[in-house]
Amino acid sequence: MTQQEAEAAKAVAKPSWIPWNSVAESGLAIIMGFLVGGGIIALAGFNPALFYRGLIEGAFGSPRALMDTISYMTPIMLTGLSFAIAARANLFNIGSEGQMYMGVLAAASIGAFVALPEGLHQMVILFVSFLLGGFIAALAGWLKIKRGVHEVVSTIMLNWIGFYLLTYLAIFVLFDPLRAYKTTTILPSATVPFVTSGTSLSYAVVIAIVVCIVCYFLLWRTTLGYNIRAVGLNPTSSEYGGIKVSRTMVTAMFISGGVAALAGALEIMGRFWYVDTEASYVRNLGFDGIAVALVGRNHPLGIIISSFFFAMLKTGGQAVQIYTSEAGRTGIPLEMSLAIQGVIIVFASIPSIIALVKKFTEGRKK
Amino acid sequence: MADAGLLEIFLTATFYIGMFRFMVPITLSALGEIVAEKSGVVNIGLEGMIMLGGLASVFVGYFTANVWLALGAGIGVGAAVGALHAFIAIYLRGDQIVDGVGINLFAYGIGVIVLYLTWGTFANSPIIPLSARVPSIFGVSPFVPFTLVMCALVWYFLEKTTYGLRLRAVGENPEVAEAAGINVYRVRLAATIFGAVLSTLAGAFLGIDWLASYARDISAGRGFIALALVVFSKWNPLILIGGGLLFGFFYDFAISIRSGIVPDQLLGAIPYIATLVIVSGLVGRARPPKASGKPYKRE
Repeated sequence: MTQQEAEAAKAVAKPSWIPWNSVAESGLAIIMGFLVGGGIIALAGFNPALFYRGLIEGAFGSPRALMDTISYMTPIMLTGLSFAIAARANLFNIGSEGQMYMGVLAAASIGAFVALPEGLHQMVILFVSFLLGGFIAALAGWLKIKRGVHEVVSTIMLNWIGFYLLTYLAIFVLFDPLRAYKTTTILPSATVPFVTSGTSLSYAVVIAIVVCIVCYFLLWRTTLGYNIRAVGLNPTSSEYGGIKVSRTMVTAMFISGGVAALAGALEIMGRFWYVDTEASYVRNLGFDGIAVALVGRNHPLGIIISSFFFAMLKTGGQAVQIYTSEAGRTGIPLEMSLAIQGVIIVFASIPSIIALVKKFTEGRKK
Repeated sequence: MADAGLLEIFLTATFYIGMFRFMVPITLSALGEIVAEKSGVVNIGLEGMIMLGGLASVFVGYFTANVWLALGAGIGVGAAVGALHAFIAIYLRGDQIVDGVGINLFAYGIGVIVLYLTWGTFANSPIIPLSARVPSIFGVSPFVPFTLVMCALVWYFLEKTTYGLRLRAVGENPEVAEAAGINVYRVRLAATIFGAVLSTLAGAFLGIDWLASYARDISAGRGFIALALVVFSKWNPLILIGGGLLFGFFYDFAISIRSGIVPDQLLGAIPYIATLVIVSGLVGRARPPKASGKPYKRE
């Protein structure tokens, strides 16, 4: 048994409650992201300290800002969880974006055009969302098994197809006759109520956290979860161990896509109540999830924490643009957060980063 | 009018010029990826590299008004980001796919930041000076023959030369290659940088040839189409020429039949649906290089 296999066997056997190495690796990736980001900001002629102060104040400066930050956790927590579930089966689902659109579609259509009693209405939307998102993700899984199409290629194509499908239906079917830039506002019975008025924080965040906890139990306390993780670590031995690898992969993709769709549905039900015909309200929420999952080490509970961090980048990033603008000069654009996220992902891709740092510091001591 | 227009499209020279225009960036990018994957390194960051190549060449072209400097910037940024990806993938044995996703996100963010801070816009840069633009010869961009010749050269290199054989050996079975005295790390480093430079050149084509400007969505999924093309062409640069033309055809077709009768959203989806159907339907199972995407650790 090689060292890698030994580690893999250990990982299947038991989850450790606080994996310090993972925490340190994620922490290091975040710090490096901020350092490189600071360098770019300085190059562009801004004061990095001002940027980070703006970020913190924009995200936590007032009770309202804090509530906005928490509300932004909802969609990226779910798309992050979506990525993580597929990743546990060693599938690289970067189609959470397109799968998320399916949830938007379900909420914007069923929410506005089907009259149902409150309670049932929301449940029907979430159920249909899960099915739609799960279906297009499972399709990608099926294509991989049957046709050998890499899931990265198929899910990216499905993202674009989903995007055009959503915008087409928004413009030609779901549009609001009075305001053509958006879809018809959903019925009150389809909304998720706000926690307090005047913020964007709705109870959707509670639903998202519950879904994370459910998925934690699914992955570590059920046979299906065991199969998913075993297939992810070693498909060949799983097959010998009697696990139906193909079926497990498609199931993992289905759950992954379903969870991503919940993100889109809850954004419409709990925040916007409609979507603009360009879908710009929800764009990139799926891709944001990748960073959330990687920093959360593909662990449902880690993802809850890391989604808070990335939500901070998002609310703070919006505030920074205003905060850093001076008379006659534009501020640091919101996209700075995206660039920083990119750097964090690049550093998160290096598995042995902590070991490397240790080796380096020990080498210097000698 | 719709069906008359549909037939007329195929009789115009502009349709075929457009087809080659669409073909060039995806084919160049896919060609580079074939070389990298043959050596065992997967690069999901093609999309971001196309953006970075376009950004660097447009930026330098705009301020120097010199086409050679602009091209050089495109190549230089490719070498730099390729070396970074190679360093992480080969020497640090990082997750190649995760790293590629990071590069994509970073490139998109940086593109918008540069657009905004340099030209005060979120969408499109101004048109670059004429002297920074790659001139067309008889209405055809020099990138078209360049792409075709590169495909042929790379095929010859991979299949008919000793160095090509070594590169393939490294991607199929690095342990054996190393035992035969080949430096696996160095071969992979060179292949990865070469692949990245072709992708940034694809971006330069978009930036300083076709569009003469930088747009935030300049690559519009072309890097991912290129990844699909790699699978479609079964890692063969000669089949790639045909594949590139086929995909170019679908792209150009989707644009050409815009007439207001069929909604743009449905036409926009055509290239992506075609890609998915072709890759999953017509090709059959293709076998990637055995060690592609897997880190190699020297014994």
